[in-house]
Amino acid sequence: MTLTTALIAGLVLGGTYALVAMGLTLQYGIARIMNLAYGDTIITAAFAAFILQGGLAVNPLLGLALVVPGGFLLSYLIYRLILSHLVARASDRGALEVDSILTTFGLLFVIQGVLLVLFGGNYTSYSFLNVAVDIMGAKVAANRLLALALALSIGLTLYLLLTRTRWGTALRAVAVAPQSAALVGIDVNRAAAFAFALGGGLAAAGGVVISMYQTFTATAGVVFTMKALIVVIMGGVGNLLGALCAGLLLGVVETLVSTYVDPGLTLAATYAIFLVVLLWRPQGLFGRVAR
Amino acid sequence: MRTVIGFALAGVVLAGLAVAPLYLGPYGTGLLIGMTGYVTLASAWAMFSGPTRFVSLATVAFFGIGAYTMAVLYESLPYPLVLAVAALVGLVVALVVGLSTLRLAGVYFVIFTFGLAELVRQLVTWYEVNVTGTLGRYLFVSFGSEVIYWQLLGLCAATFLIAWVIGRSRIGLALKVIGDDEVVAVHCGISTARVKLALFAVSSVIITLVGAIQAPRWTYIEPLIVFNPTVSFLTLIMALLGGAGRLWGPLVGAVPLFLLFEWLSANFPDHYSIILGLLFMAIVFVLPKGVLEFAETGLRRLRRRPPQDGSATVAGKEVEG
Repeated sequence: MTLTTALIAGLVLGGTYALVAMGLTLQYGIARIMNLAYGDTIITAAFAAFILQGGLAVNPLLGLALVVPGGFLLSYLIYRLILSHLVARASDRGALEVDSILTTFGLLFVIQGVLLVLFGGNYTSYSFLNVAVDIMGAKVAANRLLALALALSIGLTLYLLLTRTRWGTALRAVAVAPQSAALVGIDVNRAAAFAFALGGGLAAAGGVVISMYQTFTATAGVVFTMKALIVVIMGGVGNLLGALCAGLLLGVVETLVSTYVDPGLTLAATYAIFLVVLLWRPQGLFGRVAR
Repeated sequence: MRTVIGFALAGVVLAGLAVAPLYLGPYGTGLLIGMTGYVTLASAWAMFSGPTRFVSLATVAFFGIGAYTMAVLYESLPYPLVLAVAALVGLVVALVVGLSTLRLAGVYFVIFTFGLAELVRQLVTWYEVNVTGTLGRYLFVSFGSEVIYWQLLGLCAATFLIAWVIGRSRIGLALKVIGDDEVVAVHCGISTARVKLALFAVSSVIITLVGAIQAPRWTYIEPLIVFNPTVSFLTLIMALLGGAGRLWGPLVGAVPLFLLFEWLSANFPDHYSIILGLLFMAIVFVLPKGVLEFAETGLRRLRRRPPQDGSATVAGKEVEG
């Protein structure tokens, strides 16, 4: 594998990480839910795309139009039926954090258990657009390029929505100061539910994108949650562009490590980066110091 | 006086449990080993996570480190020395995790511990495949399962003793302050990071030792077996069911849940993680502080209620006003 191929593969992977991390940063930054079952939402969406493609012969791009609203709806229901009670009960942010960590940790096992019963524990994949495209002398599979294009366009659309519209400004206001947001007439609970659902939609989009070029298993959710969390911390909580840069960086580093060092050490590389960030800039590479 | 009676009672129960394997068959002893192991794990987990409210999801990382150290070293070193090495490895990992995360907000610690088991599992797999060339090891020890049980029972008793001593010491008081309000703790002059680090280290070493002692039960060991995330999950749910803030809470939670888990994994091998997940969420919702606290508040309410119905409503109104 040449350096160009490795870099492009890294950017593809990083684009996907950035996409899913943006969803998590919405859920944690705005809805204030630390969602440990996030990766399992991704894997569920990947399996949904697999069924649509394999069983019903639906193109994954069309599948995206079905799976993303599905992820949105499912996350909305999870928030309304389960998590909103925790929000109402919590006395402060710390209590909500502990409660949401514990609840979503339980949810992780429920979703993973259901997936294991339905699909078993084997590696799953399907073939879609698996043709080589020549870019600057490097051969790259078309599905990977599509994945990168999708990740970047979805991410940028979201960024523009959040920064350029009135509705996005309201969401960002909730992220910055939930108490004051209520004072200027923003329905904080509704905004939180919406942000959580939107995060779920992004996770579903990430899952479909991942399923286009990678193999996945029912138990892979933990690793995706882990990586998304690390990207969120690296980019600074609630910072979409930070998540985008950090995600791309993580993807490139991982691919370089697996190409030139050893594929078995990618998670170790992820953790090494995380450790450096924790020791050097715990507020995130692009974050401001918390007051 | 109450302490003396308590200790005497605990000693009698301990002696009874120690002779139990002589009367029970191998199945009963196996059950006791599993139960004692989980009581110890849950108590050790609650020792740190209960008062500080820093949720550690890395139980199985330390448990697996202990088990793997035993599998790698048991042939080349005498048994007690292997336990010491395992404890040391657990301590070093705990210090790395603790030093890098415990001075920050709790969420960094949770994230770090969340993936730690997977990280250690992948590193061990990588090492075994690339350096030693084998994945999976056989482990045969000369002693029987009773000896494993007695070691675990001893460790369990030691864990309770440590938890009890900590609860009555300055460091225990400091922990309670940190759990209630960290800002206040800092203003009282408590070195919060150091207290948390010390407790996390103690708790992690105990968990590592449980893994090391239990390892010979498997005979065959590979990363997927000893780094099974269900261990972290069960430990957490047991400690929470009983109440992580109390000395006896993890015990009260661990015994019934262990038996339930045994029954579930025998009868519903494919569905137990779904059932346990739902049960776990139910516990977080209904009994956020554990069964013991719930029962105590219930009892207090019952006692306070006067016998007649008429006066009870008056009393109720008074409380509300």
